[in-house]
This record gives sequence, structure tokens and C-alpha cells, in this order.
Amino acid sequence: MLETDTRETLLEAIELTREFDGVKALDRFSFKLRRGEILGLLGANGAGKTTAMNCLLGLTLPSSGQLFAFGKALHSHRIEILQRCNFSSSYASLPGNLKVWQNLLVFARIYGVPHPKQKIASLLEMLEVGHLRNRVTGELSAGESTRVNLCKAFLNDPELLMLDEPTASLDPDIADKVRKVVRRVQRERAIGILYTSHNMRDIEEVCDRVIFLHKGRIVAEGTPGDIVKRSTEQSLENVFIKIARSGDLEDAGDKALTP
Amino acid sequence: MNLRIVNALLLRYVFLYTRSPVRLVEMVFWPIVDLLVWGFLTVYLRQSTSGDFPQFITFLLGGMILWDILFRAQQGVAISFLEDVWTRNLLNIFVAPVRSVEYLSATFAVGVLRICVTAVALVVIGWLAYSFNVFVMRWWLIPFFLNLMLFGWSLGMISTALILRWGQAAESLAWAVPFFIQPVVAVFYPVSVLPAWLQPVALALPATHIFEGMREVMRTGSMSWAPLCWAFALNLVYLALAGGFFVWILNYTRRRGLLTKFSTQ
Repeated sequence: MLETDTRETLLEAIELTREFDGVKALDRFSFKLRRGEILGLLGANGAGKTTAMNCLLGLTLPSSGQLFAFGKALHSHRIEILQRCNFSSSYASLPGNLKVWQNLLVFARIYGVPHPKQKIASLLEMLEVGHLRNRVTGELSAGESTRVNLCKAFLNDPELLMLDEPTASLDPDIADKVRKVVRRVQRERAIGILYTSHNMRDIEEVCDRVIFLHKGRIVAEGTPGDIVKRSTEQSLENVFIKIARSGDLEDAGDKALTP
Repeated sequence: MNLRIVNALLLRYVFLYTRSPVRLVEMVFWPIVDLLVWGFLTVYLRQSTSGDFPQFITFLLGGMILWDILFRAQQGVAISFLEDVWTRNLLNIFVAPVRSVEYLSATFAVGVLRICVTAVALVVIGWLAYSFNVFVMRWWLIPFFLNLMLFGWSLGMISTALILRWGQAAESLAWAVPFFIQPVVAVFYPVSVLPAWLQPVALALPATHIFEGMREVMRTGSMSWAPLCWAFALNLVYLALAGGFFVWILNYTRRRGLLTKFSTQ
């Protein structure tokens, strides 16, 4: 197929497979994430999203297949690549026994952020958590903690950002603010974002393109609007439910969802 | 190796220890308890023995203080790693541009800081309570400290690798590993006391040469260079093996997908 998108490829997985005791958590998973794009990775629990994210972060090695970021192989340029990436998950907290500014300062120094104190102050303000600067991280609410994690993820002005359910524990008001911040940063800096969420509102609002995974395989790919249009469903949420329950798109009657 | 990253990781541990005075107390509490127990035991032995062996007190207290150097160095590595496990911070560290050597170097530096705090407390209390002057070992103390610290780092890397492999269920190894070797390295008695078959095992461990050397220095005021050279050479071997073991286990956990469980445990 002729490539029409000329934007730089930030992240590319080629035929990525990961087996655990003979079970394929990822099965020949291939995709590209381009500069300035937000790509949603969707699927029910156990579909392979977390395994994919862990492989992309170098936490888990794939059984076979290749991974490239910024045109370089992840396994041989891991540190160089991670310097240009960042990650935030509602399930990975910063150490609870340090103050917010202490945690952020440590990571700012790890990433070699110039003028770290000013950077931290501006990020805390951007995510409306400046008042939490001197609070102990472990005493924050889930929503506050998520936003502080996002500050950590933006510290090094990453070109490639992986966000694992960033709005999972947020109330609708804060979730909306977080989505707007993510969109703004992506627009202003033309970064590539890989985004997982179970909230289809999130996905429709934030993602340019989505990939549906089922049992480790891509079963649908395209813009959220296109996928809904090509299916017999009325909403992306219904497409999600259908894929989660049937898995087999042909049986479900929706063909050729993968372009 | 990027020193900026080592400093950043070390800063995290400094924040941790300065924010929690309980941790500082823990660093000196058990060594002081040990010192008091061994100190009173040696006083009792000296008082109840009519013979002339005043060196008992210096041997036991010297052994106890030097053992603590090794133990604290090992704890610096293993407990620093566990701090990251307990606070579920490992995932953040492993997805940051941190090399294994930088992470380990930061934990080595924590070990040095822990040794400084503990050693000062023990030296002062040993002097005040038992008139034990650790500086009777003069400048030999420097290679003794250095070698025990290096061996402590090796044991720390091995403990950490085992916890990485078997998860938090194996965290008691962080405290247990040094005590597996304690009976063999002749901390409180000479190697000649050990059964003949065990003596080669003892001499294959660098710490044994240091404790033997310590007794020699306390007895004669000097020692030959050979035990120090043996200890240093063995330490290089153990550091290389332990470092290799750590990296091998880290890669194994990545291959098996075990690393991510530390973010959820």
C-alpha cells in the first residue's frame, strides 16, 4: 500500500509477538505512530494493550518482531530513545514518601531538564496543581496524583509520550482539563502520543487514530469516526463492546475494518 | 556512565532519609545494640578469666565494627532497591534513561553514606563505653573499610538480583544474604577454627582476609600485604560476577515480563 502520510515516524512496531507460557499476549502487532499524532490503543482487559505498552517501554522484551523509535532499534538504543520519551500511568505512582517538588526535581535531574525549578513550577501551574508543590505525594487524592504524574511525563518535553489511562480516576471536570492539556501540548510541540483508555469519550475527543486489539491482534484501525461509520454500530463505545464480546469481526458482520 | 543521573538518584535517597528521621535512627539503632551486646560480653569474658587475653575485647569489637561496614554497604544497595519497590517507583526508574550501572552506582553511594553514619556512631560509642579505639588499626583501616565496602556492594547486587527474580516475597534476602556468609568469613574467630574442608571456602571470600588481617594488625601493629592483595583481587572478581549476575537477571526479568509486577505489587 502506498504511504501517503509523510510525517516522521516516531514509533514503529513490526510483527511484534509476545508469548507467555505458550499464550500469545501480542500476535504480529504492527503499527506506526507519526509526529503530531495521538494514537489510541483500545481493547478489553487482557486484549494486549498493557503488554504492548510494556514492550514499547522496554520493560518486557518481545518474543519476536522489531521495535523502532526515532528510526532506531529500541533494544540497541534504549537509553537514547528513553531520553526523548516519557510515560505516565494512573497505575504507576511517584514515591509517596517524598514531597511533590522533591519527586519532580529528582526526575527533572534524571532527564537533565534545564532550569528544573522553573520548569516544575510552570508544569504544576499548567495542570492546576501548583498549590500541591509542598504536599507529600502519598497524601494526594487519585486525581491530584494523576496530574502530578502528568507533570513528570511532560518534564523533559518528550517527543514521544505514552499515556496509560491518564483520566482513569478523574472526575469529569478534571478529566476534561487533562484532555485539553494533552491536546494543547500535542498541538504546540507536535509530539506523538500513544494513548490507552477505556473511556470512549476520551478517545473520540483526543485521538486522531485508534487501534482496536483483541487477543493480541489488531482487529480494527482508523479514525474513531471512520471506524464507527464502517461498522453497524452507532458509537465507538458500541464498537468496543462488540469487539470485546465477539472478537471476530467477520462473525459480527463488520468487515474490512482494518484498512 | 552519566554522573548527573547518579546524582539525581542519590538525591532521591537523600530526600528520603532527611524527610524521615526514623530511617536515620534505624541506621544506628541495631549497630549500637550489637555493639553493646558484644561489648558487655567481652567485658564479662575479661573479668571472669584469670588468664591474660585482653585482646578479646578488641578482636570482638573490631570484628563487630568491621562487619557492620560490610553489612551497611550491602544494605545500601539492597534496601535502596527495596525502597523503590515499596514506593512502586521502579517502573518510573526503568522507563527513564537510567542505565543499570547508574542505578547501582547510586545505591553504592547510599551505602557509603550509611557507612559514614553508622561508623561514626560505633566508633564514638565504642570509645566512650569500652575505651575501644578503632584507630589502633591506624591507616590499615582504610583498605579494610574499602575492601569490606566492595564486598558489601557485591552482596547487595546479588541480594537485589534475587529479589528481582523472585519478587517481593524474597525481600527478606535483603537482610539474610550477608548472614549466610558470616559464619564462614571468620569475623570473630580465626580461619584455623573452621573445619579443614571449610577453610578454602572461607579463603575464597575477600572479607575473610580482612578479618584475619584485622586480628594480625591488632596483635602486632602490622600485617603483610598478601591478604590485602588477595582481598582486593577477589573483590574485583566478585564485583564483576555480581554485576554480571544482576544484569543477567534484569534481562531475564525483561524477557519473562516479570519486571512490571513490581509496579503492581
